[in-house]
Amino acid sequence: MMTVDLAAQSVRDLNKALHECKENITEKEWVVTNPKGNHNIAVGLDAEISVDIHGHAGYFCAGMNKTANVTVHGNVGQGVAENMMSGVVRVKGDASQAAGATAQGGLLVIEGNAGARCGISMKGVDIVVKGSIGHMSCFMGQSGSLVVCGDAGEALGDSLYEVHIYVKGSVKSLGADCIEKDMRSEHIAELKGLLEKAGVDENPLDFKRYGSARQLYTFKVDNASAY
Amino acid sequence: MCGIVGLYLKNDKFENSLGELFEPMLISMTDRGPDSAGFAIYGDEVGEGWVKLTLRHPDEDYRWEELSDNLSASLGCEIKWMQNANVVVLKINTNESSARRALAELDSDVLILSAGSSIEILKEVGLPENIASKFNLSGMKGSHIIGHTRMATESAVTMEGSHPFSTGSDLCLVHNGSLSNHNRLRDTLKREGITFETENDSEVAAGYLTWRLNQGDSLKVALENALKDLDGFFTFTIGTKDGFAVMRDPIACKPAVLAETDDYVAMASEYQALVSLPGIENAKVWEPEPATFYVWERK
Repeated sequence: MMTVDLAAQSVRDLNKALHECKENITEKEWVVTNPKGNHNIAVGLDAEISVDIHGHAGYFCAGMNKTANVTVHGNVGQGVAENMMSGVVRVKGDASQAAGATAQGGLLVIEGNAGARCGISMKGVDIVVKGSIGHMSCFMGQSGSLVVCGDAGEALGDSLYEVHIYVKGSVKSLGADCIEKDMRSEHIAELKGLLEKAGVDENPLDFKRYGSARQLYTFKVDNASAY
Repeated sequence: MCGIVGLYLKNDKFENSLGELFEPMLISMTDRGPDSAGFAIYGDEVGEGWVKLTLRHPDEDYRWEELSDNLSASLGCEIKWMQNANVVVLKINTNESSARRALAELDSDVLILSAGSSIEILKEVGLPENIASKFNLSGMKGSHIIGHTRMATESAVTMEGSHPFSTGSDLCLVHNGSLSNHNRLRDTLKREGITFETENDSEVAAGYLTWRLNQGDSLKVALENALKDLDGFFTFTIGTKDGFAVMRDPIACKPAVLAETDDYVAMASEYQALVSLPGIENAKVWEPEPATFYVWERK
């Protein structure tokens, strides 16, 4: 196990060492101490390694992640796991805004709450939030799944494409073209799988499903009022 | 960008080290605002019948003693004064409006940065580190303090355009964001008798709160009205004589983090600014909700 203390080394040094694992994995388990809210910790990873960050991280933590398994034992700032491609990012605390923005694959688990615009423009990632999410979440979400065990803020799924959204709690309001849909057996199975993968103990039958009404795909003047 | 930070002590445990605790918070936000910085510190309160003014003059070698003597003669009252770099704090045994009138008559170039019984506003163009050092921030004592590091977007880089802005007796505001309706609102407020020193959008927010408070609003009601009437992006931190408030606009794209322990409430644009605070490891840390304000007050 390799420990990198950010009180003694820079984030740039840490990321350089982690990037070198792509060519030659010298150490599979990494521990980062004293993150102290620094930005860009463990970004651009592309190796089957695990990174445990002990403390709170700043913006864009674990952004662009590929195959790595990153756990933050604390809160994260804006844009955690932004544009993740694969692998797992787990936040034990809360996440700020735009968690998992534009992410294309992998699994993002937030054990606390997530702020506004969680999963904005997501393109294939699965996001599981044990707490609640803020307003404008999943705005223009294109593909993947968003599971929320708490409540969702205003304008959930505004201008949504094909993301599957499951919410256990209340939804303050739905965005343009986002509607509640039936939970069919395949959705219960999908949700069960996502909850298991995320290690979250919830009953899939307690959730409601939301998705796109598919009226905004192409502009039609009849839909103008919905924009 | 811009960075805003605040530290409000819930008891007197850290009053002697307020400046020392706050200095690294302000400096850590340099990346968010390197062009100017300022802070409003509350403490060293004057008694009943006294007013405390923070003054500044464009002339670095201005003869403050002469002004103080003339002011004392003109008002027929006692004055105590203390210089800090190119700013002075005057404690005058009169009320605020008499002091303002007399000052305007004696020298219209004197700028009043703050007025009240407790507040002192110190601000300057330049790197936060240099400004903290210039005013000896680390040696300051008090009950609470709010600060700002500016990256100018809406108006020129000048001392007048830097924050905090005074919003009335013992009140001040710092802003991260940009207002979209500040020009129209400034015209409306001018008609209501509010005066402005700059073209700065944040000064309009300060002027708006001054106006609402003059209309008889409580701070809470003034903030509720601000949420309706101010258009654009904002995270505000507001200092009052006994309290401290944080407010975010409904879009909430300007960041904010709050931390609370038994000893203090701290706010910052980013968590980085809070890491040097004592006991932060066990503090309650959270992101304020959009279209919401939080107020702490000493009873």
